[in-house]
Amino acid sequence: MEKLIEQFSYGLFFWQLIILLIVVVLLGKFAWKPIVNALEEREEGISSALAQAEKARLEMSRLVNENDQLLKDARAERDIILKEAKELKDKIVVEAKNQAQIEGAKLIELAKKEINDQKLKALAEVKGQVSTLSLEIARAVLTKEFENQGKQDELVADLLKDVKLN
Amino acid sequence: MSQNMVSLKRTLKYFAVILLSVAPFLSKAEQAHDASAAAPTESEKISAHIDHHLQDDYYFTFFADEEADVKYGFSLPVILIDNGLKVFMASEFDYGKKTVEKDGQFYALSHGKIYKTDAAGTLSYDDHHHITNAKPLDFSITKNVVGLLLTAVILFVLFIGLAKTYKKGANNLPKGAGRALEPLVLFVRDEMAIPNIGLSKYKQFMPYLLSIFFLILVLNLIGLTPLGFNVTGNISVTLCLALFTFFIIQFKANKDYWKHIFWMPGVPVPMKIVLAPIEVLGMFTKPFSLMLRLFANITAGHSVVMGLIAIVYLFKTDLTVGGSVGVSMILTLFIMFIELLVAFLQAFIFTMMSSLFIGMAVQDHHDEDHH
Repeated sequence: MEKLIEQFSYGLFFWQLIILLIVVVLLGKFAWKPIVNALEEREEGISSALAQAEKARLEMSRLVNENDQLLKDARAERDIILKEAKELKDKIVVEAKNQAQIEGAKLIELAKKEINDQKLKALAEVKGQVSTLSLEIARAVLTKEFENQGKQDELVADLLKDVKLN
Repeated sequence: MSQNMVSLKRTLKYFAVILLSVAPFLSKAEQAHDASAAAPTESEKISAHIDHHLQDDYYFTFFADEEADVKYGFSLPVILIDNGLKVFMASEFDYGKKTVEKDGQFYALSHGKIYKTDAAGTLSYDDHHHITNAKPLDFSITKNVVGLLLTAVILFVLFIGLAKTYKKGANNLPKGAGRALEPLVLFVRDEMAIPNIGLSKYKQFMPYLLSIFFLILVLNLIGLTPLGFNVTGNISVTLCLALFTFFIIQFKANKDYWKHIFWMPGVPVPMKIVLAPIEVLGMFTKPFSLMLRLFANITAGHSVVMGLIAIVYLFKTDLTVGGSVGVSMILTLFIMFIELLVAFLQAFIFTMMSSLFIGMAVQDHHDEDHH
């Protein structure tokens, strides 16, 4: 202990103090602070880069999921649209058929009516013609018959007979 | 990270190899220059020499020829404050053989200390053979101050260089020596500052913790080189470091810290009164232990290394010169590796303990029941 105290020197203590102060202050300003800050900055950079990579990975998987979902949705929608189109087509076809049937029936009805009309018309004409013809024939016959007087009397007698019978 | 550790290890290995390959030769040279008392035995000379090495010095001696009494090295400037500033080179003392006269005041150098004396250079001794002459205020650039300055320069070169690499952006990785230094900076931050002080407050203490860690580390390492520095094995240096930690703790401490010292919560009142002086004592024992631990470890390491090198001289008759050199080399090599570990370990422990004590003083105590 005595030796220790004897070894102690103010001069060396003083220089040590000065040099330590210089080292702490100057190195602190020009070396330690920049170094410590740079190390921290680098570590932050690394951890933020890692976090970003992780985020990107999550985003990627989310996008993939989303794509899958979109694809699935699109498929389902396509199916629905196809189904609807098919239904619509069937409906249109059925409707068209019905319409056609109704229209056809109507036409047939009209045609029938027309035919009937025409038939009646034709019949009436035929009747007219027949009656004209008959009259003419009758006149011709009568004209022929009544060329002699005897015959006329005979006929009148016949006719009168008939009238009596009626 | 692991790559950095590997390159750090490799760097250290090369360093150790270079260090160890030259250490025994140069330290041997240094050992030979204390030829003081008349015809001392070999082991006395060695022990005096080890003592001398552990002390600070006004000379920077690389080699010495003991028989011719010639020393190769250079003297360092002496700066005294004694009725004005007195600056002269230590070579004027001629290794303590001459007294130096400056402005009518005489100075003598004895056992690595400068004393005021008279023209004849008389030194008076007390009963314990201690010199009682007055000492001038001595701010000399001694060997240890040179070591400190060298270390400061090394730190500036290394870390301003490292800081520059980050100027181009935080993702610009350091090259060369910086690759070894960056993991050490991270080590100080992640193993000492953050666990002990806490994430919210560690940052303001980082300049101090990094400074003392690398200062002690580099001082320890240059102490292992054959330049013969023993800076962290000097009590003045470790006292200064410990005082720094002590004052940082006292100035940065929060209310809880003082409350725990003077009025310990959670214990009965009589115990509070008993605990207060113990806690006050604890305030001082913490930095005191820091001071002594570093000093003792480095001093012991240097003593052991020098003692083992001394085997060359002590056993050269028994083992022949080659044998004693071989034994000394193997043992010194072994201890040098341990000292390399100790250099790191002590820098780590000092910084670790400092951050622990700072952490204890600044942390918020949320729970009062843990006492």
